[in-house]
Amino acid sequence: MAMDKHSRLHLPRAPARPGEAPDFSYVQLSPAGAVARPDVNARARDIGSLSLDLVRVLDDSGNAVGPWHPHLDPAELQVGLRHMLLTRIFDDRMQRNQRAGKISFYIRSMGEEAVSVAQCMALRPGDMLFPSYRNQGLQIARGIALVDLMCQLLSNTRDMCKGRQLPVMYHSKAGNIFSISGNLATQFPQAVGWAMAAAIKGEDHLAASWIGEGSSAEADFHHALLFASVYQAPVILNVVNNQWAISTFQGYAGGEQRSFAARGPGYGIAGVRVDGNDFLAVYAVTQWAAERARTGAGPTLIELVTYRAAAHSTSDDPARYRAKNDHEHWPLGDPIVRLKQHLIRLGEWSEERHQALAADLEALVASSWKEATTFGTMTEGPRLDADLMFEDLFKEMPEHLQKQRALMRAERSRSGRT
Amino acid sequence: MAHMNMIQALNSAMDIMLKQDSSVVLMGEDIGYFGGVFRATEGLQRKYGEHRVIDTPIAEGGIVAAAIGMSINGMRPVAEIQFADYIYPGFDQIASELARIRYRSAGEFFAPVTIRTPCGGGIRGGQTHSQSPEGIFTHVSGIKVVMPSNPYDAKGLLITSIEDDDPVIFFEPKRLYNGPFDGDASKPAVPWSSHPKGQVDEGYYKVPLGKADIVRTGAEVSIITYGTMVFVAAAAAAAANIDAEIIDLRSLVPLDVDTICNSVRKTGRCVVAHEATRFGGFGAELLSIVQEECFWDLEAPIQRVTGWDTPYPHAFEWEYFPGQARVAMALKAVMESA
Repeated sequence: MAMDKHSRLHLPRAPARPGEAPDFSYVQLSPAGAVARPDVNARARDIGSLSLDLVRVLDDSGNAVGPWHPHLDPAELQVGLRHMLLTRIFDDRMQRNQRAGKISFYIRSMGEEAVSVAQCMALRPGDMLFPSYRNQGLQIARGIALVDLMCQLLSNTRDMCKGRQLPVMYHSKAGNIFSISGNLATQFPQAVGWAMAAAIKGEDHLAASWIGEGSSAEADFHHALLFASVYQAPVILNVVNNQWAISTFQGYAGGEQRSFAARGPGYGIAGVRVDGNDFLAVYAVTQWAAERARTGAGPTLIELVTYRAAAHSTSDDPARYRAKNDHEHWPLGDPIVRLKQHLIRLGEWSEERHQALAADLEALVASSWKEATTFGTMTEGPRLDADLMFEDLFKEMPEHLQKQRALMRAERSRSGRT
Repeated sequence: MAHMNMIQALNSAMDIMLKQDSSVVLMGEDIGYFGGVFRATEGLQRKYGEHRVIDTPIAEGGIVAAAIGMSINGMRPVAEIQFADYIYPGFDQIASELARIRYRSAGEFFAPVTIRTPCGGGIRGGQTHSQSPEGIFTHVSGIKVVMPSNPYDAKGLLITSIEDDDPVIFFEPKRLYNGPFDGDASKPAVPWSSHPKGQVDEGYYKVPLGKADIVRTGAEVSIITYGTMVFVAAAAAAAANIDAEIIDLRSLVPLDVDTICNSVRKTGRCVVAHEATRFGGFGAELLSIVQEECFWDLEAPIQRVTGWDTPYPHAFEWEYFPGQARVAMALKAVMESA
C-alpha cells in the first residue's frame, strides 16, 4: 500500500518486540522515598502530582524509606510474603495442571502478587472487593480455602459456580468478594454503585475494584470515575498497569501520553501512581486511599505500575509479540524477591526460612489439589448434575426452563448419558 | 379507587414502594428535582429526599452498573432510562451482568434491579424516541420483561417488579401514558378517566408477572398482543364485527403460554400483533409457540401485525404505525383462509 508512505497517523510502538532487546526506558521512575505523602483529607486538585510521580518505599537495597513507609510489624510482613509466595506456587501448580490437561484454562498473576495481597491486607474484611481475573491474591489473602478455588477450576461437584463459569472466575459471598465477569471492566462501575449504597446506608465499608490498564479503554472505566466523582463514593479504583493487554502494549490504552493515574484528577478524583511491585508502597497507598474513603474525603484512582511476567493466559504465547524474558529486565523487579530482601535486611527472615516456607506451601498446594480432585475432575467422576444448568437463572424456575430441562433429560437418556 | 393516568399510577407504585421499603431507591436522568421528563417521579424527591430519589449523569451504562452495585449491597434500585431508544449504552451491563449475576454466582449474589423505560411511537418522536426494543431483551436469558397497557396493570406490575428478586425491564408504552389509544390519531384523545382500567386502587396491590389478561373473550379469533396494540387490535376487530378474543400478555418473560394456547385451541385462529419491527421480533416467538402447541387446532395460518422493518420515520409516523387498517387486513386473511 503506497498510502503508508504518506500516512501521518501516529501509532504507539511497543518498546521491544521479539528479537529486540528489552527496553523499559519509557517507564517514569521516582527514587524511593522521594514522593511526599499528603494529608488524607487533601483535595484532589491540590495533589495532582501524585498521579504522575511514582510512590516507592523500598529502595534498591531493600530498605524502607520516606514518608509512605507504613511501619508494619515484621509479623505482618511475613504474612504478606507468605500470601504472595502461596499465590505464585498455586499459580505454578495450576499452570502445570492445565498443561497436563487437568483443567481447561488458567491465568497466572506472576509478578503482580503484591497488588492483590498488599491491597487486600490494607483493607478491612467488611470492604467489598470487585476483582478482575488476575487477582487470585485477593482470594488467598482473604483466606478462601485453596480447595474451594481448585474445585472451581475443576468445575467439579464442589465448584462454587456449579460448573457455569470459566476457571478463575471465583466469587465468595462470605468473603465479600464479588463474582468475576469475563467481560472487561464491567465490575468497575458496579463497585462504585456498591459504595454509593454503603454511603446511603451510612456504613463505613468501602468498595475496591481492579482492572487492567487495557480495560481502562472501556466506557465502564469512564462511568466508574464519573459516578465516583459525582457522588464522592467511598471506593478505591485500581488500574493494574502490567504494560500488556494480551499482545497490545499499554500505549494503545492511552498510556503513552500520560499516566493512567492522571485520569483521576481529570474527574476530580485523587490519582496515585505507585510502584506495584513494592509491597510496602502498595500497602501504604491503599491504606491512605481507604482512610480517604472512610472519612468521606472521596474516591481514589490508584495506578499500580507492574509487569505481567507470565503469559496473558494458558491460551497465549507472549514469545510471539514481546521480547524474550523481558520481565527479568523490568526496572521494578519482583515483588516477592523485594519483600524477602527487606525482611532479611530487618533480620526477620532468611534464605533457609524462605526455602522452608516454599516447601510447606508446595506441600499445602499439593495436598489441597489431592483433596479437590476427590470431588471430581474433568475426566473422572463424580460429575455435576447437568440439571444445574437450568437453576439460578431466576429465583424460581419459569415454565419454559422446566420444559427444556425435561427435554434435556430425555435427550440424555436417549443417548445413554443418564 | 381513584382516576389515574398511567404516569400517576406508576408514580403511585413508586411512592408506595419508597414508603414501605427503605431499600428502594430511584435513579435516573432528570428524575429527581425535576420529576422526570414524563413526570413519572414527580414529587417523590421532595417527599423522600435526594438520597432516595437520585439524579444521575447522562450515562445509561453507568446508571445500570451503579444500580447493579447498589443491589449487590442490599438495595432495590428502580432505574429510569429516559427513552428505551437510549438503553443501548447500558446493554452490556444488562445482558452480560444484570441477567447473569445470580446464575454465574450459583445464587450467592442476585441483583433485584428494575429498569423502567418509556417505549413505542405515536408521539412524533422520530426514530430516536419511538422504538420498541423489547424483543432484544426477551432474547437475553435471565431477565424478566414486562409491558403494561393500562394504569391499573402498570401500578400492580411495577410493584411486583420492584419486589421481585430478579431483574426486570419494565417497558412503558408512552402513547398510553395519558389515555387508551385505538390507533387513530385524528380522533380526539381519550383520557384514562373514561376507561375502567383508569380506576386505580390508591393502596398497595400486585399484578403477577407471567399472567396474561384476557381483555375481551371471543370465539372467532385470538389476538395475542401487548402494549399499545391492545387497544388498536380491539378497535379493529370491533370495526370488522369479528368476535375476537383479545389477550394482553402484560409480561413477555415469563410468558403465560397456557392462556395463549387455551385461547387458540378454542378459536382455531390466531393473530399476533406488536408495534416493534417484524423480522426476528417477539411476535416470531409467539408464532412458533402457537404453531408448536396448537398446530392441529388451527383453521388458518397465523397472521402477524407489526411495525415495518425500518427505523421509525418522523414524517411517516402513521404509515409506519401498525394501525387498525393493518390489523384489519390480518383479521381478514385469518378469517378467510380455509
